[in-house]
Amino acid sequence: MIALQLLLVVAFSPLLLGVINRTKAIVAGRRGQPLLQAYYDILRLLRRGTVLSSTTTIVFLIGPVVAIVVGLAASLMLPLTGRTAPIAFTGDVLVFVYVFALSRFFTTSAALDTGSAFEGMGAAREVTFACLAEPALLLGMVALTRLSHSLSLTRLISVGGAEWRTASAALVLIVASWFIVLLAENSRVPFDDPNTHLELTMIHEVMVLDHSGPAFALVLYGAAVKLFVFTALIAIMITPRVGNAAADAALILAGVLVIGIIIGLVESAMARLRLVRVPQLLITATLISAFAVVLVLK
Amino acid sequence: MSAILIAIAAAVCVVSGIPALLGPRGSRSACALSTTVLILGSLIGLTGVVLGLTGGVTALTARWTIPGAALHIRVDALSAFFAAPVFVLAAVGALFGEGYWPADSLRAGYVRAFYGVLAGGLAIVMVAQNTILFLVAWEVVAVSSFFVVVTVDENENVRRAAWLYLIASHVATLALFALVAVMHDVTGTWELTRFPAGTGATGAGAAIFWLALIGFGIKAGLMPFHVWLPGAHAGAPSHVSAIMSGVVIKMGVYGIVRVLTLFGRPPAWFGGVLLIFGIVSSILGVAFALAQHDLKRLLAYHSIENIGIIVTGLGLGVVAGAQGMPAIAFLGYAGALLHVWNHSLFKALLFLGAGSAIHATGTREIDRMGGLAKRMPWTAAGFLVGAVAICGLPPLNGFVSEWLIYIGSFASTQRLAGGWTDLALIVVAPALAVTGALALACFVKAFGAVFLGEPRTSEAADAHEATASMRAAMLPLVVGCFAIGLLPAVIAPAVERAAVVAGAMRGTIVASLMPVQTFALVLTAVLAVAVAGLWAKVRRAPRRLTWDCGYAAPTPRMQYTSSSFARGLVAFFAWAMPPVKHEPKALPLFPAHASLETHVPDTVLDRALLPAAERVRRFLFISRHVQSGRMQTYLVYIAATLVILLVWSAQ
Repeated sequence: MIALQLLLVVAFSPLLLGVINRTKAIVAGRRGQPLLQAYYDILRLLRRGTVLSSTTTIVFLIGPVVAIVVGLAASLMLPLTGRTAPIAFTGDVLVFVYVFALSRFFTTSAALDTGSAFEGMGAAREVTFACLAEPALLLGMVALTRLSHSLSLTRLISVGGAEWRTASAALVLIVASWFIVLLAENSRVPFDDPNTHLELTMIHEVMVLDHSGPAFALVLYGAAVKLFVFTALIAIMITPRVGNAAADAALILAGVLVIGIIIGLVESAMARLRLVRVPQLLITATLISAFAVVLVLK
Repeated sequence: MSAILIAIAAAVCVVSGIPALLGPRGSRSACALSTTVLILGSLIGLTGVVLGLTGGVTALTARWTIPGAALHIRVDALSAFFAAPVFVLAAVGALFGEGYWPADSLRAGYVRAFYGVLAGGLAIVMVAQNTILFLVAWEVVAVSSFFVVVTVDENENVRRAAWLYLIASHVATLALFALVAVMHDVTGTWELTRFPAGTGATGAGAAIFWLALIGFGIKAGLMPFHVWLPGAHAGAPSHVSAIMSGVVIKMGVYGIVRVLTLFGRPPAWFGGVLLIFGIVSSILGVAFALAQHDLKRLLAYHSIENIGIIVTGLGLGVVAGAQGMPAIAFLGYAGALLHVWNHSLFKALLFLGAGSAIHATGTREIDRMGGLAKRMPWTAAGFLVGAVAICGLPPLNGFVSEWLIYIGSFASTQRLAGGWTDLALIVVAPALAVTGALALACFVKAFGAVFLGEPRTSEAADAHEATASMRAAMLPLVVGCFAIGLLPAVIAPAVERAAVVAGAMRGTIVASLMPVQTFALVLTAVLAVAVAGLWAKVRRAPRRLTWDCGYAAPTPRMQYTSSSFARGLVAFFAWAMPPVKHEPKALPLFPAHASLETHVPDTVLDRALLPAAERVRRFLFISRHVQSGRMQTYLVYIAATLVILLVWSAQ
């Protein structure tokens, strides 16, 4: 069960990046890179050699490892087949949130380990925006706890037709808020532009400037898995269940791809926000979640 | 048996400093003897603590000549639980002190003498059953900790901080005098006994609650009573800061918990008030911490944050208990108590690590350190463990206690009835989330700027690893952080026993902690293997300069500073803590010298209390005319008083 789900996540995650990039290419009227480009990149990097900065310590290597391990651990808490997730217990929602915080601690520390001003700047932005994104995520979870009477992520996000009929307004608000969180946590437009070439404006990309070879492959893979996990979190909420594990998994993955296309459309339609505007959008997400809590409390 | 052992341990700790104080000045053997005696005393005390946590309640009574007072100590699970960190930190702090404050340094005997008295007094505070004995022990701690804080009294900042601490301590003591008086009025005895049923609803009950909150809150560093804390913790020698932050402020928490137990089932509004104070302390504590440039002040403000988390857990317990949700209340109490232990472990670890870094570089300024991980790898590893733990990240201990409080607050939202106390419960989860994220930002900043990157000054470049005793002192704390984080279900029974006393209710957390324990163990194992694998693969990789867009001669000054790192978040909290900026008004065309300085003063102390105190002082200046210092004037006063009294009595 654990091995199957891990295999699914490992095999599927980089495809999501391909879908987003292909969507953006089509909207822009280009043919775009191959759908499987992320897989090629990761495989090539794994074979490449490494150059380390002479400033760095082992913390520099802990960052990429924690990022991918944590992403995979969190993915095991998602009910990707419609059944109970491989890791499910009362209170696992908070483990889910906090393992990503652990990853943030070490990826930002790895950035500071290089002593580079660029990477320090990216790390500062990463931790700053997380302070605003985290309450939005948690308030959404509070609202879902009240709806599902459960503290386990499996029950929490497996909202069915009954909940969608009785509490549709709150659920729409949670999905909207979490979509903003998804974009912020994964450094997508309008928070960060994964395609930018100017170090001064980057967040995630600038933190990994000094990584190379296998370590950089882990960074890329970790980012892909994290994007997949956050997308699947929303996809599980919005897709229906048919009761068959394979069919449910297919529905959820289809939902992930649809959200990928939406992310691509968002990135095509708007530019990156000015950095001073970013907190405002994140506070909006928090307020949307807070409204969802108010709705379920009434 | 546990009461006898703890009493003996306290006595041994109190006298432990005598050899160092009376022995020949600078004698290493005398100082080593003092430290050995203190560690032995702590081990005796820890034996008593283990017995108290596993066995029944024991007591020890002796007569005392002071009316109403008795040498009455009583060790139940709650007292033993709070006494545990006292003995652990006293021992590791003393061991650290051997390297940090060696026999040939300034006032070595003085520090050891008052340190021992402080440790012994702390132990008695946690077990005193008689209120007079409690007050005496409380005052012993307050005075002895003042003397260790003021050790380096050549430094004006230290003197000011110590005076402020002394004043704040005595305001707290004053509130406790009133508290004990009201409690005597309610119960008719000077012993700590349950109040009559229904006291919580009376005016006396409210008075007891507020007096306890103020008196104990000042000691605990609860916002806005925290004014003394940052300066005193920063100014003290680092091993003293560790014990101040690790256990002295916990006496305040112990006091609040103990008084709550006397109510039986405290009313919900007590919990609501605790929640508000807890949430404000945790968020603003960490916000102020982010703005600090001084490593020890930063850690001190984090104590305010963690006390806030503990009090939030207590508030959750009180509210849920009063609303008939015992399972949730138990989670609140258990989480709060476990956080008491956890905070003692990781905060002491961080203060000791900071002490080593300060010892090696000769500065407390974060932006004058850097690159210490290469020069002092053991200290860096210890500080890193403490930093991950204080951020509440799995798989270390801070996560476990925050997790308990979190699931308590989540579970409580399923059954909310309404009312402001319930609304306060909803805020707990997002408030803890903001606190956690800010703490993470703060410790990435502190660890990154102090230990990672390139050294920013020549002192940092020449730093040396701490002595063996300093590193050895950090080891038990690291082990403790890992043990509670990886095996929470194993230590949970001790927490349960204390929470049963604190919340006056039955409950269990072992079963719910089992999956967390499994997850933490597997995650740690996988991470360790994966890091080792990557390290083995790239270990021999060529080493080059950090990429700086092709610039070939980077200097350490080009690194991002800790102030820049925190700038965005500090600006975000400017409404609560306006920063003070000194910048040049207008620069000439070719500026040669320019300087920019920013710091964030403590809003309560520097913007409210000190200006108010200054105004009061000016007002009282009027009375200076009365005090001329001339004998004749005073004779006139006496004569005038006599005349007035004569006229008055003649009527």
